[in-house]
Amino acid sequence: MDQDQLEKNKKKYKKAIEPFQPKPSYFKNCFKAFLIGGVICAIGQGIANLYIYYFDLTEKTVASAMLGTLILIASVLTALGIYDRIGQFAGAGSIATVTGFANAISSSALEHKSEGVVLGIAGNMFKIAGAVIVFGVVSAYIVSMIRLLVQTLIS
Amino acid sequence: MRSQTMQFNNGIYVQSSASVVGPKEAEGPLKGCFDKSYDNLYCGEATWELAERKLMSEAIELCLQKANKKNEEIDFFLGGDLLNQNITASYVAREKEIPFFGLFNACSTSMEALTLASVLLDGGFAEHVVTAVSSHFATAERQFRYPTEFGGQKPSTAMYTVTGSGAAYVSKKKSKIRVESATVGKVVDLGVTSPFNMGAAMAPAAVQTIKTHLQDLRRKPEDYDAIVTGDLSRVGTPILKSLLFEEGIDIYNNHHDCGILIYSADQKVFSGGSGCACSAVVTFSRLFDELKKGELRRIFVVATGALLNPLMIQQNESIPCIAHGVSFQYEDDYSNR
Repeated sequence: MDQDQLEKNKKKYKKAIEPFQPKPSYFKNCFKAFLIGGVICAIGQGIANLYIYYFDLTEKTVASAMLGTLILIASVLTALGIYDRIGQFAGAGSIATVTGFANAISSSALEHKSEGVVLGIAGNMFKIAGAVIVFGVVSAYIVSMIRLLVQTLIS
Repeated sequence: MRSQTMQFNNGIYVQSSASVVGPKEAEGPLKGCFDKSYDNLYCGEATWELAERKLMSEAIELCLQKANKKNEEIDFFLGGDLLNQNITASYVAREKEIPFFGLFNACSTSMEALTLASVLLDGGFAEHVVTAVSSHFATAERQFRYPTEFGGQKPSTAMYTVTGSGAAYVSKKKSKIRVESATVGKVVDLGVTSPFNMGAAMAPAAVQTIKTHLQDLRRKPEDYDAIVTGDLSRVGTPILKSLLFEEGIDIYNNHHDCGILIYSADQKVFSGGSGCACSAVVTFSRLFDELKKGELRRIFVVATGALLNPLMIQQNESIPCIAHGVSFQYEDDYSNR
């Protein structure tokens, strides 16, 4: 079969299978993501408020303590096999939050436990989260450069 | 003209078969049909890879036990799985000490192995051949997709890899199940790139194999009590039926899909089951049982395989797919001949 005919067949097939593809329900998925994402944020805020009330922490210093707690909870839920179920339900709602990041790291670490501590756990821990860190650092660098530029231009 | 179909007229028979499955399969609609099941994905082993190995090893053991055969009496072992370098089959072959062919055609390996076993027997190069394939949900997830506990959302077109292994022992001694013919598939790729939509990717390969099989043997779909595909699932099955219908082949009445048969709709398996073991454990348990009883007289099993490699997908390649079909026939007068 020549290349043109194959490309034509591919296009034809893509069209032919369209009616058989289940349509993702965007509204429902958005709502679920909003709901669970919101719940996670509310829990974070609740933890922060508690910490400020009970410990010697301010609005500014409580953030890392609260994040640490959320990360711990997410990792424990990952280990118990619960977080992936939340993820299947909530989609972006539980992935985009810091708990999703914790899940990406702890699930990779768990997965590769069988290959040992060094090459398995340590070597694979950032398999998924690595890309997030790289782009986080790169974009932070670019944004701060722009900020510096704008600041020097204004003054 | 070239023929993709081989007819085995010298009599190749399935002597025995066995299936061992994991927890989800054992809870499904076919729960009573399997020889053994585990209620945990680890199957009592330390790692998932070891668990899969145990499944295949036990499937072969049970299969040969049923036919009263020992490993030393078997000429060849044809096996395959989904993992890189066919590690499950190779390590099982190390343990069984049977001369070994390692095969890979993704989820169509079950029928590829039976085809080659029949060729070896028909050609007179072997007397006793055992075939086995396996797949495991967690080993497949980690190799082809994400860590099992990763909370990424999967679309409803995704599939759930069957945990289990099926083994079949074939020889020329007469039995109730005859391997009648085999159609070797061509690799077909119509440009589907999503590893979460393998049903749509594999359907054209199944169309090609079924169409060719019927043409080669000058048969109609009605000549079969059942035309069974391996793992097209709820997305690929309607595509297959409608594509074949366009070609003038109507299989709406006698088509089944192992990926749909093995799980019930409420088991949260997305669009259905997949994996080497999917076609194997369904065919080697339920379908062979019905053939032995004569409830099915002739069936055509088309195991569909997505020859997927995550690296190639990341390089923007599409998924090449293949389907191998084997037809089995009930022999009612086998004892008198």
